[in-house]
Amino acid sequence: MPFHRADGTSQPHRRLTLDWKDVGFRVALPVLAMMFALLIGAAMLVLLKANAFHAYAALVAGVFGNVYGFTQSLVKATPLLLVGLGICISFRASVINIGGEGQIIAGALLATWFSLAFRTWPGWLLLPATMTMGFLGGAAWGFVPGILKARLNVNEILSTVMMNAIGIQLMNFLLRGPLIDPAGVRAGTFLPQSERLPEQVWLPRLVPQTLLHAGAIIAVVLAVAVYIFLWRTTIGYRIRAVGLNREASRYAGINVPIYQTLSLTLAGGFAGLAGVIEVIGVQHRLLEGITSGYGFSGIVAALFGGLHPLGAIPASWLFGSLLVGADKMQRAVQVPSALIDTVLGLVVMFVVGSALLSRRWVARRALAAPRNEGGQP
Amino acid sequence: MTETTFFTVPVAVGILSSAVRLATPYLFAAVGEAIAQSSGVLNLGVDGIMLLGAYASFFVMLSTGSLYLSVLAAMGVGLAMGLLMSLISVTLKAEQGISGIGLYMFGLGLSSLLFKVTVGTVKTVTGFPPVVIPILGDIPILGKILFQHSLPVYAAFLVVPLAWWFLDKTTWGLKIRAVGHNPAAADSLGVSVDCVRYASVCLGAVLAGLAGASLSLAMVNLFQENLTAGMGFIAVALVYFGGWRPAAIMGGALLFSFMNALQLWMQVLAVKIPSDIAVMLPYLLTIAALALAPNLTRQPIALNKPFERGEH
Repeated sequence: MPFHRADGTSQPHRRLTLDWKDVGFRVALPVLAMMFALLIGAAMLVLLKANAFHAYAALVAGVFGNVYGFTQSLVKATPLLLVGLGICISFRASVINIGGEGQIIAGALLATWFSLAFRTWPGWLLLPATMTMGFLGGAAWGFVPGILKARLNVNEILSTVMMNAIGIQLMNFLLRGPLIDPAGVRAGTFLPQSERLPEQVWLPRLVPQTLLHAGAIIAVVLAVAVYIFLWRTTIGYRIRAVGLNREASRYAGINVPIYQTLSLTLAGGFAGLAGVIEVIGVQHRLLEGITSGYGFSGIVAALFGGLHPLGAIPASWLFGSLLVGADKMQRAVQVPSALIDTVLGLVVMFVVGSALLSRRWVARRALAAPRNEGGQP
Repeated sequence: MTETTFFTVPVAVGILSSAVRLATPYLFAAVGEAIAQSSGVLNLGVDGIMLLGAYASFFVMLSTGSLYLSVLAAMGVGLAMGLLMSLISVTLKAEQGISGIGLYMFGLGLSSLLFKVTVGTVKTVTGFPPVVIPILGDIPILGKILFQHSLPVYAAFLVVPLAWWFLDKTTWGLKIRAVGHNPAAADSLGVSVDCVRYASVCLGAVLAGLAGASLSLAMVNLFQENLTAGMGFIAVALVYFGGWRPAAIMGGALLFSFMNALQLWMQVLAVKIPSDIAVMLPYLLTIAALALAPNLTRQPIALNKPFERGEH
C-alpha cells in the first residue's frame, strides 16, 4: 500500500513499486491482534465450560454454512462500513468521533420523517431526497460537537457522547409521540416504532429470500469515493494534514478549526447515511434498536482497516461476519453472543496497542534505508 | 398536579436528598478519573470499569451476602481493569482515547456476558442500609438532605477532600501532577513516569470500580445489562467541567445529579413535560457546561500524550 508513505515524498514514481514487506507487516499486525483477542475469547469459552473449538466452528459455519448467513454478514457489514468511512475521515483529522450512535439515530429520524411526510413523491425523487436527509441529519449531529470544538475548545469525545444520549432520548420521545405508527395506536399496542415507509423508498433486494439490499453496493462505492476524497483532493489533503500536525498546518495557512468541524460533520453524515440505509434497506420502518451498537463497532472496523477507506471494506465484512456468527454460536454452545462484544473490545485495545510496534518498524526501516533514497544524493 | 403543589418543602427536600444520593457514583468515578488524568492519562473506559465493578459486587453479594467482600470484589476488578488500561496506554503507548473505548466495550461485553451466564434474570440484593448520623441526622431539613444516607454516599463525599489533599498536599500528588504536566522534566529528575501513571490509572480505576459497587449496592440494589447507561462518560465530562479540581468536580456532580433528581421527581409528580425530553436536560446541561467551562488552564499539559524518552 504505497499511499501510506508516498505523500509528500519527492519521488512520485516510487508509488508504483509495492513494498511487499511493508504491506505484509501492516496487514499482519491487525490480524495478529485479532487472533490474540480470539485466543483470549477461547480461554473465556473454556472457563465458561464450553467447547471453544465447537463454538468457533459454529461461528464460522453460521457465516459460510448457507446463503442466508453469508448475505446476513454483508447486511451487517453495510452500516459498519458506512460508519467506519466517517470514522476514517474524522480520525484522520485527529478528531475522535464517539458519536456514531447518535448520528445514526439523527439520520434515521430525519429520513423517516421526510419520507413519510412526502410519501406522495415518486421514487426517483423521494429515494435520493430521503437518503440526503439521512446524511444531513447525521451531519447536523456531527456539526454541533465540531463547531463546539472549533469555537469553544469543547472536547469532542465528551460532546459526541452527550449527543448520543440526547439522540437516544429524542428517538424515544418521537417514536412514542409524533412519529408513532398510527396502526399501533389504533390496535392499542403502542409499539415504539414508526409507520412503514412508502414502498418507493425501499432499497431493492439483491438476493431473493434474504435481507441483502442495494445499500451494500452503495457503501462500497462510497468507500472508493472517500478514498479519492482523502487522498486525491485538496480538502482531503488538508484534513489529513490537520490530523498529522495541527501546528504545522496552521503555519501553512490551513484553517484548522474549519477542517476539524468539516471532518466531524462528514463523519456524522456517513453515520446518518448508515442510519437511513438501515431503515430503507432492512426494516422499512424505524425501530428503537436501530443502532445495534454500530456507532461503536464501526470504530473497530475503521481502526482494523488501518483508518483507510478501502481497508475498511474487508474489515467491516469481517466484523459483520463476527456479529452474525456470534448469534449462531450462542445457539450452538449456549454462550451469550456478548462474548464477541468482549472480543471486539480486546481487538480495539490490541490494534491501538500494536501501533508502537508499527512505529518502531517504520523507524528501523528508515534507519536501515540507504541514504540516497530521500532525493538528496 | 399543578405547579403550586410541586414546589412544596417536602418535595424540595426529597429532590435535594435524591440529588446528594445520586451524585455518589459520579463522585467516585470522576474523582478517580481526575487522578488518572492529572498524571496525563485520559481513561475513557470508566464506564466499562463501573459496569464490571457493579456486576462483581452484585454477584459476590448475591452469592456470599457479605457487603465487605462485595466492595472488595469491585475494587479488585477495578484494579485489574486499571492494569489492563495502563498496559495498553502507558507501556504500549497507544492512543488513549481509542484504547479507552476498547476498554469500555470490553467491560460492557464482559459484564453482560458474565451476568447472563451466572445470574440470567433480574434479581435484587439487600444493599447498604441507610445510616442516620446521630445528632446531625435530627436537624430538621438539613438532616434529611445530608445525613440520612447509606455508607457509600458518605464515603463518596469523603473521597473528595481526600483526593484534594492527596493531589495538592502530598509528594505523591506532586509527582502525579509533574508527570501530567511535564513528563520529560519529571523523568530527568528521576521520577518514573510509567510507574506514576500506572499507579494513578489503577487508583482511578479502583475508584471507578467502587462507583459501580455504589450503583448496584447502594442505589438500585440490582444488576442488569448496561446498568450504568453512560454514567462513566458523564464522569469524564465532569472532570473537564471541574477543571481537575476535586471540589469543583463535586459541584458539577451535584449540579448534574440535581437536574436528574428534578427530572425524576417531575415524572413522579406527573408535571406536564414529556419525560424523554426531561431526561435530555442533564446532557444538554453538560454540553453547555463544557462549552462554558471556566478554567481550562489547569488541564494537564501532557494529557492524552504517551511519554517516550527522547521525544519532546
